[in-house]
Amino acid sequence: MELYNSGIIEALDLMDSGEVSPEELLDAVFQRINSVEDKVKAFVTVTKDRAYEMLDEAKGERGALRCIPLAIKDNICIRGIPTTCSSRILKNFIPPYESTVTKRLKEEGYLLVGKTNLDEFAMGSSTENSGFHTTRNPWATDRVPGGSSGGSTAAVAAGECLAALGSDTGGSIRQPAAFCGVVGLKPTYGRVSRFGLVAFASSLDQIGPITKNVADAALLLGIISGHDPSDSTSAPLHVKDYTALLSEGIRDIKVGIPKEYFIEGLDPEVESAVKDSIRHLGSLGCSVKEISLPHTGYAVATYYILATSEASSNLARYDGVKYGFRAESKDLLEMYRETRAQGFGAEVKRRIMLGTYALSAGYYEAFYRKAQQVRTLIKEDFDNAFREVDIIITPTTPTTAFRIGEKISDPLQMYLNDIFTISVNLAGLPAISIPCGFDSKGLPIGLQLIGRAFDEESILKVAHQYEQSTEWYKRRPPL
Amino acid sequence: MNYEAVIGLEIHAQLLTETKIFCGCSTRFGSEPNTQTCPVCIGMPGVLPVLNRRVVEFAIKTGLAMNCRISSYSRFARKNYFYPDLPKGYQISQYELPICEKGYIDITVDGTTRRVGITRIHMEEDAGKNIHEKDCSLVDLNRAGVPLLEIVTEPDIRSPQEASAFMKKLRAILRYLRVCDGNMEQGSLRCDANVSIRPEGSDELGTKTEIKNINSFRFVEKALDYEIKRQIRVIRDGGEIVQETRLWNSETGKTESMRSKEEAHDYRYFPEPDLVPLEIKREMVEEIKAALPELPDEKKARFVRDYKLPEYDAEILTEERSIAEWFEEAVRLGARPKEVSNWMLTEIMRYLNETGKEIEEIDLRPPQLVELLELIKGGTISRNIAKTILPEMISTGRPAEEIVREKGLVQISDTSELEALVDEILSKNQKEAQRYREGETKLLGFFVGQVMKATKGKANPKIVNEILRKKLS
Ligand SMILES: [Zn+2]
Repeated sequence: MELYNSGIIEALDLMDSGEVSPEELLDAVFQRINSVEDKVKAFVTVTKDRAYEMLDEAKGERGALRCIPLAIKDNICIRGIPTTCSSRILKNFIPPYESTVTKRLKEEGYLLVGKTNLDEFAMGSSTENSGFHTTRNPWATDRVPGGSSGGSTAAVAAGECLAALGSDTGGSIRQPAAFCGVVGLKPTYGRVSRFGLVAFASSLDQIGPITKNVADAALLLGIISGHDPSDSTSAPLHVKDYTALLSEGIRDIKVGIPKEYFIEGLDPEVESAVKDSIRHLGSLGCSVKEISLPHTGYAVATYYILATSEASSNLARYDGVKYGFRAESKDLLEMYRETRAQGFGAEVKRRIMLGTYALSAGYYEAFYRKAQQVRTLIKEDFDNAFREVDIIITPTTPTTAFRIGEKISDPLQMYLNDIFTISVNLAGLPAISIPCGFDSKGLPIGLQLIGRAFDEESILKVAHQYEQSTEWYKRRPPL
Repeated sequence: MNYEAVIGLEIHAQLLTETKIFCGCSTRFGSEPNTQTCPVCIGMPGVLPVLNRRVVEFAIKTGLAMNCRISSYSRFARKNYFYPDLPKGYQISQYELPICEKGYIDITVDGTTRRVGITRIHMEEDAGKNIHEKDCSLVDLNRAGVPLLEIVTEPDIRSPQEASAFMKKLRAILRYLRVCDGNMEQGSLRCDANVSIRPEGSDELGTKTEIKNINSFRFVEKALDYEIKRQIRVIRDGGEIVQETRLWNSETGKTESMRSKEEAHDYRYFPEPDLVPLEIKREMVEEIKAALPELPDEKKARFVRDYKLPEYDAEILTEERSIAEWFEEAVRLGARPKEVSNWMLTEIMRYLNETGKEIEEIDLRPPQLVELLELIKGGTISRNIAKTILPEMISTGRPAEEIVREKGLVQISDTSELEALVDEILSKNQKEAQRYREGETKLLGFFVGQVMKATKGKANPKIVNEILRKKLS
């Protein structure tokens, strides 16, 4: 196997046994970036100098990620490195502070390979909304990698890093993980500190790992999780040793299959792969039953009101006054207008307008408040379901990766891509997407496992044991 | 037709916490622009607010002192608007669930006590400051994130005098609690007023205007007085009041239209998702309640009751906690309360008003005043001499005895010495003495004055009077 295709735990073993040196590993990753990045375009910034500096510092240290090259989504702040959110408005922004997650990774000795591309401010499902370029799906470069963490999932799939961090507001880790055939975990809301994550929708955003296998995701989750005094919404809860729990028995696990997720529009090839996977889990000893999440049909509408409302406020700070892009102008009003008109892309503007409208006097009750009420109903659906089952399994996406340009002119079609992932964010639950097959075009299919709040452990161990008893995760794209 | 005013106030009080409401930056006033800032209060991408616990304590304290209900569950909300001094494009404030609700403050105007309802008190962050130069504008964010309390009253106030009395009482309470320094000129206490008028006796509400920029205690009455008269004039001329925001201009002494209702902002409030709802435990409230200081009203009542002071004296002495404490210390040292009050309300207060100093900033301490009073009581100096040396005592802190000795101000009570002096004065003023003896007794004062002049005020006035009466009879 090529060195760049190894996961974190494999690479740690290779380095610990002396078979491979940290330099060799890092060299292999940058050679891979050299040879495929032109085709994949996963990165906004490649931080080769920083990586080798970090290598010098981390060498000989005993952190859990000693000399492991990782990529970080470009909406997560790293001190001294541009953080653009793939937006022209932050093109030259270099944060003077470090996100909590990267601080924790650094304490464990990781090496920063680069900052990955995303849909501008994480708004999108394809990276086509990036203000800089569209990332390609390593499995078929005329197709999207998914989004918004498409840069991170493509980089992991293409072997341009060993693993990556992404952020997930409505499916932004899981959907591109499914499209790129990698593992993507969205932790419970509050499990991971959001300090340093550029906010899209604060009540939904969560940072999570994107990896080549479930064990690596468990390892990274353990490192980035835990209460952070800088994030009031981070939960003051004990973080378990997820890696140690992966091999625990899953025989008594009850799996729920929500009937509302097997709907018209679900690609038959995806459906059959997911159904095969469910049967396979049965053969591993899980008990399977059908459940109902009756308010599923309202999730997309609810999400697009709440997420855009929060976004309209979160993005107000990009006004040209303090940092980032400022348009030439003759007065204050023109500065605001021109800076935001030139600095933001079409999708970001669309969402700011939607959110502004939903919060406006006279509409707030009908939109924002109503959506909050529906959000409570959706949460209750899951609460009810989790009285009967331990985890819920669904397809991650209704289809496999679509062609670049195929949906860009139809925002509604694009939004429907998140139909299976969005409810999880509204309910604040943990969920993981893992490879569960390929369609006839050779494109990966994702299986989503949803857990109870703060019970990442159950979905990780089922995902791990499923993964280890299949071959899907071993496939690599033919780049 | 006679009109009455309906006034509600909206007060912003800057809190005296060491650090800002959502970050660790200092709240110190007057530093170089943008030196007390960090990524959080500058509103950089990806940073998050963390609530300063002291602000919550201050809010609860204030709420309790103003007889409010303290909410066990309260929330922050975002108030969205664009302005260069507002770095995030929204202010973190409270909207639907404020920390304190339904309180009141009692005020007394012309001997009548009235109750003014407090609708709500909530916590929020201050904005920065725009500085306009000749060809550019600059932004100073030192003040951005400084904690504020917004205190909103019911429209219970009926006159500018009541509004002014309310503000004084509110300021006194805030200062008693040491949560706000109450300085309107420096902007640490700000007051906006909603004003409308209606025919006397009516209980309907007229169209209101909002008056902003009342930046001094002196202007509370003036601005409201002007606005009420303006509204009455408009109605009497057959016009209609326009709902609008008006700015008080202290130079012209007028309120001026700033923006109409149509131009008013839609702040698009919604719950702040970056902060968890605030749950306040009963025990915390009880703890704060137990530690509350005695407040102006209670203190005043006690001063009247225990020290037998007139209402007027008690009112003034209790306006400031430090003045009341100063007074009580002097009384504790054995001085007669009314005597202390007299000196404090005249010489000492005059000095404070003239210099703008706080009582704790002057060198005169209660023991020294008591010492001075002892000198009067013992007949060492006259009351008038005491009056002349007190300013020096206040400004230098020197003991009374030392000043008296140094300046030779000891009172002359020696009868034979004074008799000789009186004889001399009578012989020099024989005409006046004659007139006195013929019945013009008011001339006694003239002779006393002459003796005082000759002794530079040191003669014991009681003895001088006795001698004069005897010699002139
Ligand atoms: Zn700060």
